[in-house]
Amino acid sequence: MDVRMSIDASTAARVAKLARIRVEEAALPALADEFNTILGFIEQLGEVDIDGVEPMVSVTPQRLRMRADEVSDGAQADKVLSNAPDAREGFFAVPKVVE
Amino acid sequence: MLDLTHETPKPKTIAGARHDWELVIGMEVHAQVASNAKLFSGASTRFGAEPNANVSFVDAAMPGMLPVINEFCVEQAVRTGLGLKAAINLNSAFDRKNYFYPDLPQGYQISQLYHPIVGEGEVLVEMGPGVARLVRIERIHLEQDAGKSVHDMDPNMSFVDLNRTGVALMEIVSRPDIRGPEEAAAYIAKLRQILRYLGTCDGNMQNGNLRADVNVSICRPGAYEKYQETQDFSHLGTRCEIKNMNSMRFIQQAIEVEARRQIAIVEAGGKVDQETRLYDPDKGETRSMRSKEEAHDYRYFPDPDLLPLEIEQAWVDAIADALPELPDARKARYMADFGLTDYDATVLTAEKENAAFFEAVAEGRDGKMAANWILNELFGRLKKDDSDISQSPLTPAQLGGLIDLIAAGDISGKIAKDVFAILYDEGGDAAQIVEARGLRQVTDTGAIEAEVDKVIAANPAQVEKARANPKLAGWFVGQVMKATGGKANPAAVNQLVSAKLGL
Repeated sequence: MDVRMSIDASTAARVAKLARIRVEEAALPALADEFNTILGFIEQLGEVDIDGVEPMVSVTPQRLRMRADEVSDGAQADKVLSNAPDAREGFFAVPKVVE
Repeated sequence: MLDLTHETPKPKTIAGARHDWELVIGMEVHAQVASNAKLFSGASTRFGAEPNANVSFVDAAMPGMLPVINEFCVEQAVRTGLGLKAAINLNSAFDRKNYFYPDLPQGYQISQLYHPIVGEGEVLVEMGPGVARLVRIERIHLEQDAGKSVHDMDPNMSFVDLNRTGVALMEIVSRPDIRGPEEAAAYIAKLRQILRYLGTCDGNMQNGNLRADVNVSICRPGAYEKYQETQDFSHLGTRCEIKNMNSMRFIQQAIEVEARRQIAIVEAGGKVDQETRLYDPDKGETRSMRSKEEAHDYRYFPDPDLLPLEIEQAWVDAIADALPELPDARKARYMADFGLTDYDATVLTAEKENAAFFEAVAEGRDGKMAANWILNELFGRLKKDDSDISQSPLTPAQLGGLIDLIAAGDISGKIAKDVFAILYDEGGDAAQIVEARGLRQVTDTGAIEAEVDKVIAANPAQVEKARANPKLAGWFVGQVMKATGGKANPAAVNQLVSAKLGL
């Protein structure tokens, strides 16, 4: 498969929109090219024979750590809100999002 | 032992303008895990806290914060899976479901798309004595809840509260085995009952701790059977998903309304679009959530912050060993051991609190009698007071004491009802009330005989009538009971009246 053909400008526009990143129309072809370069690079991994190899999920020999069901955090609304551009009455205040 | 043989209920049919249609329904139920802390942070899950009071930096998605899973939540998912007779996956994993919304600060929800912790199970949904639908469960996975947006506090702004963000949910996904609005409501009710028995979710629908997305499609009679044979979805119609419902009544209404909408489209030669819809109970219609469609490319990928969730079979076995008796088994036991009817056993097992109360009263006593007093007298009175068993002023011991007096023949059934009212309103001990107020049943035949003689002597005309028409003897019994303040043993009075009148 020729992956260099797999991403076009409209796909790049869609990815940008999903990521909520504004990309000017004129910049889309170049962005698509960049995606294709990255995909082409990753595609090289396809050359490795991984038949019968378990997927590696971590580079450290650790297991998922769990914690007890105890309330140990919270009660810090002021800190949580301190970076918000706008906060009122304990809430984050954002531009209206309901239709 | 467990007799779960049942007939399958008939699917609901809706008559269209051209012909009949059947409904096919699958549900995704979100059940909040009854944990103290959130799934991946140590913030509290308590309902009704001040806005953003239950928020850790993990929930707020501050840079550099990492999720650490709550073991109790994992255990509750396993317990729920076992309660639904489901396969438990010893290896599962978390994925990111990516979308943007102000109440989801991470920009993704941590969920389990590819490797859920629980696999296939089943729920038996009773629709009446001996009639039940076996609904297959496809999977249960653990995921984070989102926050809450408030839209009505300001004309131009939405207000966001992250208290709910990151609270653990179990998403319980059914197969499309539900065949009508009533079955859908009964399925939710049964699931809620099992979850509450297990103690894994409090089942509070009003607070949103149990809510459902409902997938509805329509098909011609016969098509569903073809799907069942082949598991090929092409036999079914295109489905629409009605989001986020937390009322049994609205779930039923929404399904009916949505099915009729789809029927109208198809009969007019149109096509149903697969989409997400919202039910508006005020207008009685479902409407498309078009603006969200663009976002439906969730670009799932394994969450690199979390290692796979590996659990041990021995741990699962220990949870299985500690499972409580579940509703189906308990109901069957009540019917077998206490001789209760299907209906009575259903009512007594509906809430585990009812069952606990019943068992406490029935222990060492006649179970049927205990059931009757709880179902008729206690529930009747609680209902009248708009109350429930958790607020019963009467304890099982008090009711048990009353039943003991009846069983011993110390008081009649009629007097017992009076004592019940006293116990309910004033409290106390049945035996003491009976002693103190002189309510003990008169079983002394001599005393009763004296009363019968008195009544007969005082009413010669009635005696003549009763001799001509023995049915009128009841009048004498009534008079004697009245004269003794209801304390005479009714059977003894009956016998004596008949004998004295020569009937």
